[in-house]
Amino acid sequence: MKYLSIILIISLSWMSFNLEAQKIPDALDIIEKVDANMISKTSIVESKMVIQGRRKSRTVVSKGYSEGDKKSFTEYLAPARERGTKMLKLDDKLWIYSPSTDRTIQLSGHMLRQSVMGSDLSYEDMMEDRELTDIYDAKVTGQDTLDGRKMWVLELNAKVDDVSYAKRKMWVDQERFVPLKEDLFAKSGELLKRIKMSDFEKMDDRWYPKKMNFKDMLKSGKGTDFIVVKMEFDPEIPAYIFSKASLKK
Amino acid sequence: MKLAFQLAYKNLIGAGLRTWLNVGVLAFSFIIIIFYNGLIDGWNDQAKHDSIAWEFGEGKLMHSDYDPFDPFTILDGHGVLENDQLNDLTPILLRQASIYPEGRMLSVALKGIDANQTILELPTAALKNSTAEIPAIIGRNMADAANLKTGDNILLRWRDKGGTFDAAKVTIVDVFETNVPTVDAGQVWIPIKKMWEMTGLENHATFFIANEKYQPSNILDWKYQNQEMLLSDLNEIIAMKKVSGSIMYLLLLAIALLAIFDTQVLSVFRRQKEIGTYISLGMTRSQVVGLFTVEGSMYSFFAMILGSIVGVPLFAYLAKTGIGMPAASRDMGIPLAERIFPVFSIQLIVGTILLVVIAATIVSFLPARKISKMNPVLALKGKLQ
Repeated sequence: MKYLSIILIISLSWMSFNLEAQKIPDALDIIEKVDANMISKTSIVESKMVIQGRRKSRTVVSKGYSEGDKKSFTEYLAPARERGTKMLKLDDKLWIYSPSTDRTIQLSGHMLRQSVMGSDLSYEDMMEDRELTDIYDAKVTGQDTLDGRKMWVLELNAKVDDVSYAKRKMWVDQERFVPLKEDLFAKSGELLKRIKMSDFEKMDDRWYPKKMNFKDMLKSGKGTDFIVVKMEFDPEIPAYIFSKASLKK
Repeated sequence: MKLAFQLAYKNLIGAGLRTWLNVGVLAFSFIIIIFYNGLIDGWNDQAKHDSIAWEFGEGKLMHSDYDPFDPFTILDGHGVLENDQLNDLTPILLRQASIYPEGRMLSVALKGIDANQTILELPTAALKNSTAEIPAIIGRNMADAANLKTGDNILLRWRDKGGTFDAAKVTIVDVFETNVPTVDAGQVWIPIKKMWEMTGLENHATFFIANEKYQPSNILDWKYQNQEMLLSDLNEIIAMKKVSGSIMYLLLLAIALLAIFDTQVLSVFRRQKEIGTYISLGMTRSQVVGLFTVEGSMYSFFAMILGSIVGVPLFAYLAKTGIGMPAASRDMGIPLAERIFPVFSIQLIVGTILLVVIAATIVSFLPARKISKMNPVLALKGKLQ
């Protein structure tokens, strides 16, 4: 009887473990569902970027157009110093137009590693347009609870050499399939950057974070907030927007 | 001629205060010219010596894609030399990185150097002897800017050859004192072997420092710059400083010469009877012009004597103790020591003497020319001409 009980307990544990394992979805499925929420064919977004410095913060207002993840065009509307600055990204090329000099320059090499308008974001961070699944091996490492919601915890390890971050850790809402938090790590395992998403809103038929906080974890400070003021998914965007000619318009 | 000197001497001494005012101003100009040029020459000597000792060695072999004045070339401006080409060269690999002192981000030039090198005065022995995982040496300016001291650990973030971020703590094992900001400001030096390991750029270097035995040869993708080429920027700065400084002391000299000129004009005007007497006693006009010219140029001889009485002990003192440079001027990005020891060379002193004597002689001669046109009878009567 005693042995029977032990066998029964082991069998039940094994069955429940298997059931649990069956419940854990594939990391690629999760990422695909996240992409379905976060990426649209085209989008127009009006946003505020709040750069929080040591003593004071400053807000940069912009309007951005994007088509897939290869083409994007951003025009800065405020403050006065940045007004009229435009940025065009086509595939792996990035141009910036500055109204004060009436010049367009193409950013390359080290220039891409500079911070965007003094924020915690680099141009390179904005340039990364490869699919996560193309450059990382993803796996679900567990579950967690954030802001009272159940999360899948995903670990992504670089499978190519030319990525900025060797490892990423992502917390994805189990129900809405939106990321709430993402940690970006150096090769040594040092946490370098943290992205936190909040203020989720259902837009059309998808969940989207209206606020994202980008924080360089090695620096003190509160990081940079990216706040969505207005968002349009899949609007018609004229082709000329994604041309160099539109920078000087 | 001897008579001219005797007369000129007696006339000048007889003129009293007027002579000594002229001599004083001229002597002051004389001292300032020698002092300023001595200071610049001293700085030149010190800057060249320090630049060679700390930065240039006997020359630099640089990768042809690397331009020291363009930070965007750091990424790709590096390469590997064959083993037989490495003789008498010390490799230095340069990458951009960031450190995070007190929660601030500070961009730095991360330089890997052979810890066994002896060409440069950088204290790389401290890197060799350290047991720290990543030992680093920094200059005093860098230490002050980042508020770091020996023994501190600081987080360093860099990218490997593929562009992937990496971060680790480095230990400051020595803070060195140097007058050469180009090896100090915004720079962190670590052993090159460690840097190769960190970046994956095994055996790569951005440039090599040559020792005195190095024989330059044409190497594909590399360009050699000897000491003269490397010091050309410094030479240009110093030449420019000399020119800008010369404006100041030439103005001062011009004032002194103007005073001599005025004195001469006044002498010729007031001493017409004396001029008439000289001519009537048998002196030719040119002898009288010579007498007045010698009188004028004698100011410069007196100025030299006065200048030597004041200047020799002053310059000897300054050459021994040096002149302190303000801390702010040491942040200009050019090699400048805390104290500069002026160099008063023979060429400088002889050159200055010749400049002052010739200039004083010319300004004395110009008004004296009028004498050659004078009517000796009218001059003897003291009538205005």
